[in-house]
Amino acid sequence: MPFGERSVLIQWPAVIDENVLSDIILFKAKIKNKSIKGIVELNSSYNSLLIVYDVFIVSFETMVNELKKLYSQKERSPKFISKQWKIPVCYDTTFAIDLDAMAHEKAMSTESIIERHSKTVYTVYFIGFLPGFMYLGGLNEKLYTPRKSMPRLEIVKGAVAIGGEQTGIYPSESPGGWNVIGNSPIEFFNPKSDVPCFANAGDKIVFKRISLKEYHDIKTLVAAGVYQLESKVIDD
Amino acid sequence: MIRVLKAGLYTTIQDLGRYGYRDYGVPYSGVMDAYSGSMANVLLGNRAHAAVIEMTMTGPILEWHCDTSICISGADISPKLNDIPIELNKPVQVKSGDIVSFGKLISGFRSYLAVLGGFKTENIMHSYSMYQGVTKQSKLFKNDELLIDVPLKGFAVKHAAIKIKETHFITKHIEVFKGPEFQRLSKAQQGLLFAKGFTVSKKNNRMAYQMEESLENDLEPIITSAVLPGTVQLTPSGKLIILMRDCQTTGGYPRVLQLKETSINILAQKFTGDLVYFKLRA
Repeated sequence: MPFGERSVLIQWPAVIDENVLSDIILFKAKIKNKSIKGIVELNSSYNSLLIVYDVFIVSFETMVNELKKLYSQKERSPKFISKQWKIPVCYDTTFAIDLDAMAHEKAMSTESIIERHSKTVYTVYFIGFLPGFMYLGGLNEKLYTPRKSMPRLEIVKGAVAIGGEQTGIYPSESPGGWNVIGNSPIEFFNPKSDVPCFANAGDKIVFKRISLKEYHDIKTLVAAGVYQLESKVIDD
Repeated sequence: MIRVLKAGLYTTIQDLGRYGYRDYGVPYSGVMDAYSGSMANVLLGNRAHAAVIEMTMTGPILEWHCDTSICISGADISPKLNDIPIELNKPVQVKSGDIVSFGKLISGFRSYLAVLGGFKTENIMHSYSMYQGVTKQSKLFKNDELLIDVPLKGFAVKHAAIKIKETHFITKHIEVFKGPEFQRLSKAQQGLLFAKGFTVSKKNNRMAYQMEESLENDLEPIITSAVLPGTVQLTPSGKLIILMRDCQTTGGYPRVLQLKETSINILAQKFTGDLVYFKLRA
């Protein structure tokens, strides 16, 4: 459907699903490979792809037909490499300001919450909300926690938090209503780089539990620009 | 160099925005009123993407340490050069030692000051537009020193006669298209969107304008999806939020309308208490 004067919004069924995600990523890669003239922006989310052109769309139908043709082309799918990233997270009480309350609420031990949170492989659906904020799927159902009724005015950079059925990491200081259970010492958004985020939609994330000492060691390495984030290529 | 002696209410450096990074969660930013921002550049002979000063309701006090030309467009905040009133939409020569200041707000809400060659601040992702978390500085402060991007010798000699669209500042009509979730509204709700006037509430800034009036709303939230400047969201409480240039890249409220790009510029000149009407475009 048209979205304003120079954007097309393509929608998939309204579900959060890995098959939908891979279909969107594949189509996005096809469009990128074709380098269609006039496209300035491709922005995917859970079940949609936004295509922004640099000029006003004269014939919406022509645009859509062109995209439909491309979508149905059975050509060899473009090479798409996804990666798994190991993100260090410190669940120490220094950072985990909502962990005790959550444990109490759920009648679970803090240890068991941390265990479940750090033993899951999460899928990056897209980046949005804040520069570098990854929408992650795969949170253990036992950890679903409603957002706070009064959002905090300030959630610190690096905060690892749970909001509803989602978990995420605040890439920068921001107001927010999620429950904070830890902090990651690494950078999730580098405005100086032309590729400002290391992860892409379709990548996987695992959290690696670290101690407070390791947290500060990594923080020092990150500040010096020498920290190497662990990652591996995933074979489908 | 230009020194900021006083910053004013909310003064930033903006160009036409930061495009191509929404997939990393980076907003467009850029001049709120692209019509007036570009006008100031065009009248000086600058390229359209040159960075300008955007001021909001009150202006800064600027001390010039170079000889050049400037042009002010958009809201009339009674601009003065060494305490003598200067015209809007006309290139004006400034010399080293001159002071540019502003006074009372006469019309509009956001004014633009362009300098020959454009301003130069931190370049992040091919844009000078200030945005917290992306650029180090999110607005101008007292004692900031501004540089010129492409310093040119001499003054602008352009005397282009451009007629400013008066309606840009006085019209109450905001032209819109149907948004992705428009069809989910009942016929009655759709009718009300265009029959009622909506007043800009106190909650208006570069990210969004929230409107005062409520609309009965029984729509479910959507799965978080793309939004754009000009997207009109309907919140669970029934308030309309019109997203502006600094808006987030995604949102979960139903997107009922989408502003025409020229209407985003028109809305950028409105402020608390102003009444607007949505007009549906085919």
